[in-house]
Amino acid sequence: MNVPLGRPRLLDRLSNQRLILIGCSVFLGLLFLAALAAPWLAPHDPYLVNLAVKLQDPSWTYPLGTDHLGRCTLSRLLYGARVSLGFAVLIFASSLLIGLLIGTLAGYIGGWVDQLLMRFCDGVMAFPSLILVLGLVGIFGPGLKQVIIALMLVQWVYYARMFRGLVMTLKEKNFIAAARVNGSSHWKIFRMHLLPNILPPLLVIGTLEMGWAIMDISAMSFLGLGVQSPGAEWGAMIHEGKSYIRTNPELMIYPGVMIMLVIASFNLLGESLSERFGMNK
Amino acid sequence: MGVYILKRVGSVIPILLLAILLLTAMIHLSPVDPAEAYLSAAHIQPTEEVLAQKRAEFGLDQSFLTQYVTTVARLARFDFGTSYVSGKPVLDEVILRLPATLQLATTSLFLAIIVSIPLGFLAGIRKNGFFDHLSRVIAFIGASIPSFWLGYLLIFFFAVQLDLLPVGGIGSPSHVILPAITLALPLIALYTRLLRTSVIETMREPYVQFARTRGIRETVILGKHVLRVAIPPMITGLGMNLGKLLTGTIIVETVFSWPGFGRYFIEAIFDRDMPIIQGYVFLAALLFIGSSLLVDLLQLAIDPRIARKGGNRR
Repeated sequence: MNVPLGRPRLLDRLSNQRLILIGCSVFLGLLFLAALAAPWLAPHDPYLVNLAVKLQDPSWTYPLGTDHLGRCTLSRLLYGARVSLGFAVLIFASSLLIGLLIGTLAGYIGGWVDQLLMRFCDGVMAFPSLILVLGLVGIFGPGLKQVIIALMLVQWVYYARMFRGLVMTLKEKNFIAAARVNGSSHWKIFRMHLLPNILPPLLVIGTLEMGWAIMDISAMSFLGLGVQSPGAEWGAMIHEGKSYIRTNPELMIYPGVMIMLVIASFNLLGESLSERFGMNK
Repeated sequence: MGVYILKRVGSVIPILLLAILLLTAMIHLSPVDPAEAYLSAAHIQPTEEVLAQKRAEFGLDQSFLTQYVTTVARLARFDFGTSYVSGKPVLDEVILRLPATLQLATTSLFLAIIVSIPLGFLAGIRKNGFFDHLSRVIAFIGASIPSFWLGYLLIFFFAVQLDLLPVGGIGSPSHVILPAITLALPLIALYTRLLRTSVIETMREPYVQFARTRGIRETVILGKHVLRVAIPPMITGLGMNLGKLLTGTIIVETVFSWPGFGRYFIEAIFDRDMPIIQGYVFLAALLFIGSSLLVDLLQLAIDPRIARKGGNRR
């Protein structure tokens, strides 16, 4: 291979893949910051109803205009980011934790424990996942809390499956057997030998999962089952804005653009991460 | 082969029993009392007496196990109970709305197949060519755009701005165009990528290279050796994503006021119409499990080697 003379230009050094990785991370990072800082960044109270300024065009006071109740669209979008991102993280983290615990347990212990846990997973996986979520919300009643719990209950199963598979293949590997022979405890084997091998695929799936969670939360709110009326959430904003599609289509366009941008970034990030870890096919 | 088919069909039963167990447990654990839900849905003043009578009627005073066994027996006879709201059997309500949902689902499935087969094939035979890039863009959009938003965007451009197509509802063939496109886009994205990968893998097979060295014309090779072999894996994907299609109909029907089965399910959730909710979720599971069974059997018909290998279990 030729050794390039002198320093290559920055853009050449950053390959396409890298650029995507950095771009998406920066965008999502900024969005997370904006969501955290929403109370300081938002120019207005997102719930303040002021019918005198309803359905206004963008102006210096209302950068993205106002909705049918005179609420500031930009402020509502910022507060909506809190709900979408916040609950997506919550769903991801909790279903991951449950899945990690149960999957590793099933894979590591095996036997009847494994059988019992996996049959339960089979039961959950017999339903199309979003329909089970809808069924749970139907049985337990609509509301954000029920939606979040239902999404968690459905999602962990896939993690449990994945971790069980990983642990079972890793268990057979020689370095685990060697660790056991030289007297490492179960916890140490898990921490030192299993976890580092699980992390890369986890990062990829986690990134993709965030996209799905945001999509599902907004879909449920759009259907009117998640975040209820005064609440600022992107799906709920589309639900409210759709009545004004003839006169003020931007009310449903802005939140939709936000959802799409965020999901697209998580998808791109997940894809480039999986390429980085050499996990593609 | 016969044994394999029997085994595969038999494997459905324990999964269905598990699914029903889960469903019964969910209703059992729910803080919502079905008897109360019934009375409020049917607009009957709840008194202790009526409540107790309804509870006995629904079998809520029996043990969980008895409830489970009766539910299984009931569902096996396709008896889903009667709707709290209309008082009609759930099955009748479903059959009433099924044609609309089927029309929408088959149209978009057809659309997805006729678009993704040529697109995926062309993308696969020329890696990084025009069609490959196109398929990548479509796949990306399809995976990132929420279908409810896509629906409203289409309504905005084609119904409001251009005034070409109706905003929603059912009736003329033009009514089905926008909902079908909305429902088909994620499927197109998926199937195109599936076929593309499958075509690329098939092109690497030794027999394709052998056919080339034999001097067979490229069009014959592509049509006879590549496309025919590359399609079966796509069928698997098709069956596995029936759940997505079903979920999609719920959202698309809501967006376009399409009077189908999915929109009815959402209404039932708001009405607390338990038998409808339970019936829909159960039917969805049945369809989901049934379709994966059908896909396996279809693959067996295409490639009988599967039976000898013991089947590709998922």
